[in-house]
Amino acid sequence: MSAPRTLYEKVWDDHVVRRAEGEPELLFIDLHLVHEVTSPQAFEALSLADRPVRRPDLTLATIDHGVPTEGRALGIKDPLSKKQIDTLVANCAANDITLFNIDDPRQGIVHVIGPEQGITQPGMTIVCGDSHTATHGAFGALAIGIGTSEVEHVLATQTLPQVRPKSMAITVDGELPRGVTAKDIILGIIKRIGVGGGVGYVIEYRGSAIEALSMEGRMTICNMSIEGGARAGLIAPDETTFAYLKGRNYAPRGAEWDEALEYWRTLATDEGAVFDEEVFIDAAELEPFVSWGTNPAQTVGITESVPSPDDFSDPLDRDNAARALDYMDLVAGTPVVDIPIDRVFLGSCTNGRISDLRAAAEIVAGKTVHPDVNAMVVPGSGLVKLQAEEEGLNQVFLDAGFEWREAGCSMCLGMNPDILLPGERCASTSNRNFEGRQGRGGRTHLVSPQMAAAAAIAGHFIDVRSWS
Amino acid sequence: MNPVSAITGQMAPLPRANVDTDQIIPKQFLKRVERSGFGPFLFYDWAYDHEGELIPDFVLNRPEYMDAAVLVTGPNFGSGSSREHAPWALEDWGIKAMIAPSFADIFYNNCINIGLLPVVLTEAEVGVLTQLAEDPTNTVTVDLENQRVVAVGFEASFEIDPFAKHRLLNGLDNVALTLQHADEITTFEVTRPDFKPSLS
Repeated sequence: MSAPRTLYEKVWDDHVVRRAEGEPELLFIDLHLVHEVTSPQAFEALSLADRPVRRPDLTLATIDHGVPTEGRALGIKDPLSKKQIDTLVANCAANDITLFNIDDPRQGIVHVIGPEQGITQPGMTIVCGDSHTATHGAFGALAIGIGTSEVEHVLATQTLPQVRPKSMAITVDGELPRGVTAKDIILGIIKRIGVGGGVGYVIEYRGSAIEALSMEGRMTICNMSIEGGARAGLIAPDETTFAYLKGRNYAPRGAEWDEALEYWRTLATDEGAVFDEEVFIDAAELEPFVSWGTNPAQTVGITESVPSPDDFSDPLDRDNAARALDYMDLVAGTPVVDIPIDRVFLGSCTNGRISDLRAAAEIVAGKTVHPDVNAMVVPGSGLVKLQAEEEGLNQVFLDAGFEWREAGCSMCLGMNPDILLPGERCASTSNRNFEGRQGRGGRTHLVSPQMAAAAAIAGHFIDVRSWS
Repeated sequence: MNPVSAITGQMAPLPRANVDTDQIIPKQFLKRVERSGFGPFLFYDWAYDHEGELIPDFVLNRPEYMDAAVLVTGPNFGSGSSREHAPWALEDWGIKAMIAPSFADIFYNNCINIGLLPVVLTEAEVGVLTQLAEDPTNTVTVDLENQRVVAVGFEASFEIDPFAKHRLLNGLDNVALTLQHADEITTFEVTRPDFKPSLS
């Protein structure tokens, strides 16, 4: 009988190609997701070394980061973005890689399309040249964000050398209060552990509040693992996971489904398995969070006020807080509900899925966007957009005064034309509030879709729990 | 990649925590399909104002730090996005090593993969070096072979994964190393269950 193991250790062990003293372990990669920004130099290096792509059948590409979200019929205006996208199209064609191109309804954010297609499955190893790859961990996959040299390595070998990370269990128990979402859970977690708290760890999220979440909520949680510095984040697969996957495009069928299911049921962390670090959070104590600073740990509850640098004991934290207040043009002591906003961005790999749009639409229905606010919805994929349109959500948003866009990363990072102007303040459902992230001089406040929707109507942050 | 051995050069102090890769290289510069030429955009929003004018106070714009080879900075350096453009920009500018109390995981690996040396020292040690770096005439030596950092009146040792060290010292291409084990990859592939998804 082998020693009890955690979920991540089981997935890891099942993918070790080579284990040698003094070397990192070589892991086989079940799925490599590719997009236009972090891949061109990798393909070029392969081509220069005359190395083929080892497993095009385990590689899926889409365009998301630089793609415009309106006026696509006119083509891509930015010549650099156009070249980058054309380069991916050419690289995929030359290497026989499946690509969801701009005119494909399945095109979308790389971390939205994998689950949507059912190609993200429990027990897999998944990599992508993008730090939000941990999103796929919601299915009990070990999903790791990598750099371009590693993209090249995976293209050439379908493996990745990795030094075994430590394990951290974050247990969220209890019932989530009304109006408190998966986004608030993960913002609460990052606030607790800090932006560097997960460095060197793979996090397993567990507990009754996590088990109660839908797959989409679980994806929101795992998505932001990197904002706590973690190598990956995952959640044990369960009946919710299996029900989500069944019947999707790339999910196993027939006898293979039964075989897969049998395997997936063995993956959960064993009783008695030991984590290197444990964190406990009471779901009942969470509230809707709003970030006030320039990293995702700098958040407060909606009922609180902007903190003062003096509230922090660590000198670096104090210095960071002062710098953040200055960048964000906020005065310590200002109640969060008194912060007015100029823009609302509803989308991203964190909160751009159908359930996010439904939740926001429910808040918005029958109301009008505040006259001083410009609000936009960017669905996470072409299929999310179609689904929303089928349900009439687009009309709800349009009637309220939101813009309704095509799928992509959009203003989460502003590589396409969707950016904040200097000084603009945005309620955003994305994952990063770094300086300049959404546009140079732009000020980002991270919130849940419900909170973003309510802020769009009110013109300032407002407690969604009191929304009527 | 080129072999890394002992690096001796000027230090530049950047005593900030959690410097993220969006700061190291903002997104508008990620559209290039080439691997070189990112240096001029390093820390762009800190180095240039909204009109594109040089901000003279920024450490890497100060003429006395033009030859800096070692960046001395705060904890969790390189957090956020996985963009390898960040280490490419540092390397292209002329940085050869960074010293900090900690680095973000993906950034750290990206640096090792391109031969840019990330050195972890204690917060106290980084504090001393930051002080020393305030005087641009001070230099530092980062000796990878012996895992030592030496400056005037300062000496410290650092840890690094032995395999990463081996690769850096010898300038070894990771892909070539792994392809030596292609047979083992093939053997593994045969054992993969049929229910695993495939795009073919």
